[in-house]
Amino acid sequence: MIEFHDVYKTYRVNGRDIQALKPTSLSVRAGEVFGLIGHSGAGKSTLLRLINRLEEPSGGRIVVDGVEVTALAPEGLRRFRRQVGMIFQHFNLLSSKTVADNVAMPLRLAGEMPPAAIRARVAELLRRVGLSEHADKYPAQLSGGQKQRVGIARALATGPKILLCDEATSALDPQTTAQVLQLLAEINRELGLTIVLITHEMDVIRRVCDRVAVIEDGAIVEQGLVVDVFLHPRHPTTVRFVQEAEQIDQDGLREDFAHVSGRILRLTLKGETTHAPLLGRIARATGVDYSILSGRFDRIKGVSYGQLILALVGGDFEAALRQLQAADVHVEVLR
Amino acid sequence: MFRNVDWYDIWLATLDTLLMLFGSLLFTVLIGLPLGVLLFLTGPRQLLQNRAIYGVLSLVVNVLRSLPFIILLIVMIPLTVLLTGTSLGVAGAIPPLVAGAAPFFARLVETALREVDRGIIEATQAMGASTRQIIWNALLPEARPGIIAAITVTAITLVSYTAMAGVVGAGGLGDLAIRYGYQRFQTDVMVVTVVLLLCLVQILQVVGDRLVIHFSRK
Repeated sequence: MIEFHDVYKTYRVNGRDIQALKPTSLSVRAGEVFGLIGHSGAGKSTLLRLINRLEEPSGGRIVVDGVEVTALAPEGLRRFRRQVGMIFQHFNLLSSKTVADNVAMPLRLAGEMPPAAIRARVAELLRRVGLSEHADKYPAQLSGGQKQRVGIARALATGPKILLCDEATSALDPQTTAQVLQLLAEINRELGLTIVLITHEMDVIRRVCDRVAVIEDGAIVEQGLVVDVFLHPRHPTTVRFVQEAEQIDQDGLREDFAHVSGRILRLTLKGETTHAPLLGRIARATGVDYSILSGRFDRIKGVSYGQLILALVGGDFEAALRQLQAADVHVEVLR
Repeated sequence: MFRNVDWYDIWLATLDTLLMLFGSLLFTVLIGLPLGVLLFLTGPRQLLQNRAIYGVLSLVVNVLRSLPFIILLIVMIPLTVLLTGTSLGVAGAIPPLVAGAAPFFARLVETALREVDRGIIEATQAMGASTRQIIWNALLPEARPGIIAAITVTAITLVSYTAMAGVVGAGGLGDLAIRYGYQRFQTDVMVVTVVLLLCLVQILQVVGDRLVIHFSRK
């Protein structure tokens, strides 16, 4: 759906070239929710804006749905942009227009729909985002979550195939964030919309994304299925993001484990394995004793997973290790 | 009290002042608004960024703004005669009034447009809007309260300019104040004209403020 071929972007600031995005190749599939995570200034915002050319690339090719975006002339670019909705961290609604007029704006700009049809479409969109009774209010009279829902309705007005989300929940409180993310997931499911979102919160990625790319210093340092990246982060930046999301206190854990005897393992279970009665069976078969030091179980995008830290004492440690691995458990020996 | 005041003269002078004010305000807005939009768009890091055009416009605006209005009035006389056929009366006052006020108004419009959140321009661009659509559908509606405030300030400036135009034969309340109040020591005429000018300014300010509030949705 969206393909980047060696796309890069350099800015010239005070006579010095600054690389906002190093040559990057990337592919987003149709119908998926693709997350880009990075700290501020990492280049994720630049990458997002390259998709609809709010930022002009310095080089490389961008192809969206078979259209070579980088080759479009101004008129073609404007028509292309109507097929790509966008929502923003600070909503960017027009304060001088009512909710209904804000949502109608992309349709009026396109100038292809008669006024009666626009009114009907706006009513339908406001129903979808649950704001029908606020149609005649001005943005200043709405809460943050409501404003973002107006933003979503506006982005969907022209029936785009792609929705770009620029830190769409970063200005919202946790509860409102959850509601907006749920709405995005709904839209993705029901309309088959491809969504690209950028965020600095791993939690947002975990809740709605199918795949994720981690970006740092203008380069993608890790990407893959959210479950995989979440359970087996490789790059130090990814590890930090995951720890933040899970509120893991690495130093605290190390202190706690200092006076635990035996070997310490981290087990990662995924899918079917998560709920299998493994530990007792392996303990009996190999004679090891185990204690659970920490653990969590959850689901990401319908895949259940678990992560346990165990201390093993006595018995045949090597055999236990082999049997765990044979049972499709990812094992890391921590000590 | 008011022994020297010819109320009919006062009435005619008031009409002249109002004609000069609104006539010049109309042309000031017609010329200054597009000029302000152009200044904004060609400015640094804006949609139609163009250093040459911005530089030239900026220079012209600054030159006209730095000339004292009383000098501009006199310097412009040949041009005024060319445009209106006379340098006297209401018609003769309007060209220099516009030349004095339009650059000032254009700067105020530029400032009002800069107050518009860049994110709104970006969102409108993302909808596939052309530059013309961005100006008409996003920039001007969003800057409307600021532009109305700019019109108010400009109108009030024009009131004092019309009084100065009185010096070179434009008529109006300022002319009356100078000829009778100052040159003939008729203090009562001076008082009446000053009070009328004061009321005019007050009315403009109140109406302007009301409109700004009416159009502010923030």
